[in-house]
Amino acid sequence: MEQQIDNLLEEFTLEQIDELDKIIEKYRVEPGGIIPLLEEAQDLLGYLPINIQKQISNKTNISLSRIYGIVTFYSIFTMTPRGKHTVKVCLGTACYVRGGKKNAEIIEKEFEVKPGETTTDRRFTYETVRCLGACGLAPAIVVDGEVYGRVKPSKVKEILEQYK
Amino acid sequence: MSLINIMIDNIKVRVEEGITILDAAKGVGIKIPTLCVMPELKFAPGSCRMCVVEVVGVPALVASCAYPVKEGLEIHTNNKRVVRARKMTLEFLLASHPLDCMTCEKSGNCVLEDLAYDFGIKKSRFRQNKKQIPLDENNPFIIRDLNKCVLCGRCVEICNEIQQSNIIDFGYRGTKTEIVVEGGTDLRFSNCVFCGQCVAVCPVGALIDKEAQGKGRTWEFKKVKTTCSYCGCGCNFDFNIKEGKVVKVTSNSESVVNGINLCVKGRFGYDYIHRGDRLTTPLIKKNGKFKKASWEEAYKLISSKFTQIKKENGNNSLAVLSSAKCTNEENYLLMKFGRAVLGTNNVDHCARLCHSATVAGLAQAFGSGAMTNSIEEIADASVIYLTGSNTTENHPIIALEIKKAVTKNGAKLIVADPREIELTKYAALWLRQRPGTDVALFNGLMNVIISEGLEDKEFIAQRTEGYEELKKTVLKYNPEVVEKITGVPAEDIRKAARIYATVPTVSLIYSMGITQHTTGTDNVLSTANLSMLTGNVGKESTGVNPLRGQNNVQGACDLGALPNVYSGYQKVIDPQVQEKFSKAWGVDLSNKVGLTVVEILNAAYEGKIKGIFIMAENPAMSDPDLNHTREALKRVEFLVVSDIFMTETAELADVVLPGVTVAEKDGTITNTERRVQRIRKAVEPVGESKPEWKIICELAQKMGYNMKYNSPAEIMEEIASLTPIYGGMYYNRLEKAGLQWPCLDINHPGTKYLHKDKFTRGKGKFFAVEFKEAAELPDEEYPLILTTGRVLYHFHTGTVTRRSKGLDEIYPEALVEISPDDAKELKIEDGEFIEVASRRGKIKAKAKVTGKSGKGVVFMSFHFREAAANLLTNAALDPVAKIPEYKVCAVKIKKALIK
Repeated sequence: MEQQIDNLLEEFTLEQIDELDKIIEKYRVEPGGIIPLLEEAQDLLGYLPINIQKQISNKTNISLSRIYGIVTFYSIFTMTPRGKHTVKVCLGTACYVRGGKKNAEIIEKEFEVKPGETTTDRRFTYETVRCLGACGLAPAIVVDGEVYGRVKPSKVKEILEQYK
Repeated sequence: MSLINIMIDNIKVRVEEGITILDAAKGVGIKIPTLCVMPELKFAPGSCRMCVVEVVGVPALVASCAYPVKEGLEIHTNNKRVVRARKMTLEFLLASHPLDCMTCEKSGNCVLEDLAYDFGIKKSRFRQNKKQIPLDENNPFIIRDLNKCVLCGRCVEICNEIQQSNIIDFGYRGTKTEIVVEGGTDLRFSNCVFCGQCVAVCPVGALIDKEAQGKGRTWEFKKVKTTCSYCGCGCNFDFNIKEGKVVKVTSNSESVVNGINLCVKGRFGYDYIHRGDRLTTPLIKKNGKFKKASWEEAYKLISSKFTQIKKENGNNSLAVLSSAKCTNEENYLLMKFGRAVLGTNNVDHCARLCHSATVAGLAQAFGSGAMTNSIEEIADASVIYLTGSNTTENHPIIALEIKKAVTKNGAKLIVADPREIELTKYAALWLRQRPGTDVALFNGLMNVIISEGLEDKEFIAQRTEGYEELKKTVLKYNPEVVEKITGVPAEDIRKAARIYATVPTVSLIYSMGITQHTTGTDNVLSTANLSMLTGNVGKESTGVNPLRGQNNVQGACDLGALPNVYSGYQKVIDPQVQEKFSKAWGVDLSNKVGLTVVEILNAAYEGKIKGIFIMAENPAMSDPDLNHTREALKRVEFLVVSDIFMTETAELADVVLPGVTVAEKDGTITNTERRVQRIRKAVEPVGESKPEWKIICELAQKMGYNMKYNSPAEIMEEIASLTPIYGGMYYNRLEKAGLQWPCLDINHPGTKYLHKDKFTRGKGKFFAVEFKEAAELPDEEYPLILTTGRVLYHFHTGTVTRRSKGLDEIYPEALVEISPDDAKELKIEDGEFIEVASRRGKIKAKAKVTGKSGKGVVFMSFHFREAAANLLTNAALDPVAKIPEYKVCAVKIKKALIK
C-alpha cells in the first residue's frame, strides 16, 4: 500500500490524494456509486491513470478490470493527462467546407498533437468535434468554452497565444 | 408456479409460467440455436442475438433465452424473418472473425463454426474487418486471441461470478469493444490464478489451452473420465487421449463435485505423465549406484531380504508406508501385505502428518473422523467458520463454494487464521490468532456462549455427555484472558461467538492449521466441542468439516493404512475383528498396535526397524526435521520404494520399483467428503512400470502368500465384504457419481451427512481441553515463528508439480513470506535472498515481503527441494495422534550473502 502511495505522489500532491480518499469514502458503499466517483475523481485530478484506478479498486473492492472497463467505455473519462486548456476544432460539414480542416492542420503541425492528445507541455488538449451548432460562425474553434467564429487560418496561432 | 398455455411453432404447449421461451421450446424438443448462454451456470445475457424468435404482437424479435413466457403467447422459432435475422447476426460475427478454421484449435468444437455450417453461410456479405490485436500468450497456460473473440461474455461471467477472480471484463466501446485484463495488462502480470475456467467456456478459439496447441483435433481425442489426483476435493474431468498420450484435460459437466470447475493443477498440471524422466524399470542399488534390473530380479531380492530380516529380527523389524496418492485398492492390499505377509502392524502413511489428529479427535468425540457434511452443502450454510485452512490455494474448488455462500447466498464468513489468506476478503470477521493458540480461542468462544446463555441446551441434554466438565474448564477462559493469549481482541471473540451461536446452520471448516500442532488432537476436540455446544452438527449444511489434503488421504485411512486399525477403522486390538480378518486372509494376525510414521523412522534411526517398503511416498521431503529423517532412511538396512519419479526418498532406497500415474490404472479414491469415485485407465503404463496393486500382489506371491486378483474391482469386492462402511461399494454402483460412506450394503444409497439423529459412537462426547503452548516458542536467539503450508501452483513435495512445465514456470522457487514490519527491522528487501535457520537446520530462499504474514510470523511452503522447509520444522509430536508440529517452530532470519 505504501508503495502504491509513493507511485501516486510522483504525479499528484498529498492534498489531492487526501481529497481523492474523501471522494472514495463518499461513494464507497453506495450501489452504482462508481461512475459519480470516477467523475469527481477526474474533476479533481484531471485524468484517471491506472495507478489512480488501482487505488480506487483497492479501497472500494470493485475489481480493477471493472473500473478499467468503465473508464475505457465512457468518452468523458480519460487515462491521459489533460492540458491546462481544451481546444475543440469543429469539423462539422459547414466548418469543414469553410476551412475548419485547414485550422485543424495548423494546430496539429504547430503544437505537434493529434486529435485527443495533449501537448507535451500540457498546455493544450486538442480535440476535434462534429458540429457545435454554430454553423453561422463557421469555421469555429472553442477554447475552454469560449467560442471563436469565422476563424481564418492566419488567426489560429494568435487566438491560442492568449492562453498561457 | 402455475401452468399456462402457449403456442410454439403452432404446437400447443402447457408450460410453467415465467420460464424462458428457450427452455419452453427445449421442453417440446424444439432446438433454438444459441451462442452466449450457459444453461448450467444459469447465464443468459441475451447478448448474442442468435436465439431470437418472433412473438406475435411484439414488434421486434426477442431473445428467447431471456424472455419469460406468459399465458397465450404465440411464438415462431424458425420462420423466415427469424432465420433471416439469425443469418444477418452470423454474417456480422463472421465479418470480424478470422476465417482460419483449418488451423484453429477449436475447429470441431466451435459454436460459431457449427452455426455457420447449420445456416450455410460461406462468406459474410460485409467487408472483412481484420483486427490486429496481439496475442496474449506470455503465460504458460492460456493463449488469448482477442481477434477471434465474439464478445459473448461467458468468460467474464465465469471469472467474476463463479471463480470470483474478477480478472477480466468488457472494455472500450462499439467496434473497439474487447475483453480487458485488469487495467489493460495481460494474464501473466495480472492476479489471474489460471484456473482456465474461461478456456472451458469459450465457445470459439479465442481462449486456448497453450500446451495442447497443435497436438490434436477435437475429433481425434478419446475422452476418459477420471478423478483428479491432486487435492482432496475429488474433482472429475476428462483426459483427452491421442495416440496413447494424455494431451490435455477438459471439464466434464457431469462431474458431481465440481461441475465444469477446475483449478490450475487439475486443468494444466498433468504434463508430468509423459515426462522423459519417469521410472521405467526396476532399479537395484549396487555399490551405491542404481542398476536396471528385471522385475524377477527385484522381487527375488526383496523377498529374500524381507524374509531374512523377519527371521533374524522378528516381524516388527519390518514396516510398510502406504500412500495417500494411491488407490483404495492399493492401500488395502499394502496394509494386507504388511499384516498378512510381513506379519506386522507397522503400517502407516502420510495422513499421520496431515490429519491424524482429525481421525483421533473426531473419532473420540463423534465416533468417526471425517467431514460430517458434503461439499455441496457448504454453499447453503448461514455461517461458515473457517480456521487453519487457506482454502483458495489448497482446496480451490471448495473455496468456490465458500465464496458462493458469502456472495450469492448471504452467508457470514468468520475466518480464524494467523495469515491474511485470500478468503479474509470475504469475511465478516477475521480473528488473527497467534499460531498455536487455537485451543484458547475456541475456549474463549465457548466461554462467551455459555456465560451469555447461548448454548443449545436441548441438544446438549439429549445428544451429548461430559458437558459439566467442559463448562468448568472453559469458564476460566473469558475473552480478556484469551485476548492476552491469542492476540485476538476480546470484543471480536464476543462478536464471533454470538454469530456462531445464534444462526440456524454453521459449517465449521478446518484443515492443517488445526491439526499440525503438538496440540492437534486438542484443537480437533475443540472444534467438536464448539459445534456440539451450539447444536451445530448432524444437520444439513451444519457440522465439522476437516478438508483432507491428498486426493486419497481419506481412502488410505478408511482402508486401514494405519497402525491401529484394519479397513473401516476396525481395531486390531479387538479379538473379534482380528478373528474376522484372520479367517478371511488365512493367516494369524498380530493384535499389537504398530508404530506410526515418525516412530517408524525414529526406530529406524535407532536400528530397530531394518526393512521398509514405501509405496509412492516421499518422507525425505515431507517429514519434519529432515536431517534426522534422511539419516534414519539411510540407516535402514533394506529400503524398497515404489514411485513414478526418482524422489528424494527413492534415492536412498536399495530397490526402486516403477509405479504408474493416475492415468495408467483403474481403481477408486475417496475424496474429502467421503465420496468413493473411480479413476480410469486412460493410457498404457510407460516402459515396464506397473500399477502398485499388481506389484504388491506379485511380491506377495513371491513371498509365498496367495494374493491374486484380476482387477481392482475384484479387490473392492473383498474390501466390501470385510468393511462395513464400504459394504455397498461395488464398481457398477460407482460409475456415475460414486458413493459416500457409510454405505452399508448393496442397496444403501450412501450418506450425505453424518450423525443425523445419533452420533456414530452413540452420544457425542465433550472433552474439556486446557490450552498448552506450542513445543517450541520464539526466544532471543530464534525470535520468529515459522509456519508452513502449500501454495496453489504446487503440490506436496513438488515431485510432480515441479515437473509440470507450466506450474514450475509460474511459481519456480521457494519464497519466505515475511511481514513488512519484520522486514524493515531486519533491513530485508522484497526479492532478496535470506537465510532461515532453526535449531535443526537452515535454508536459503528469496524473501517475499507481504502483509499476509503478521508481525513475528514467517511462512514457507514445503514444495522445494532446494529450500526444503522441513529441514527447519520441529518433529515434536502430538501425544495422541503423533502428528508433528509443522505449523509452529522458532527460527531466525538474516540476509544471505550469496545464493
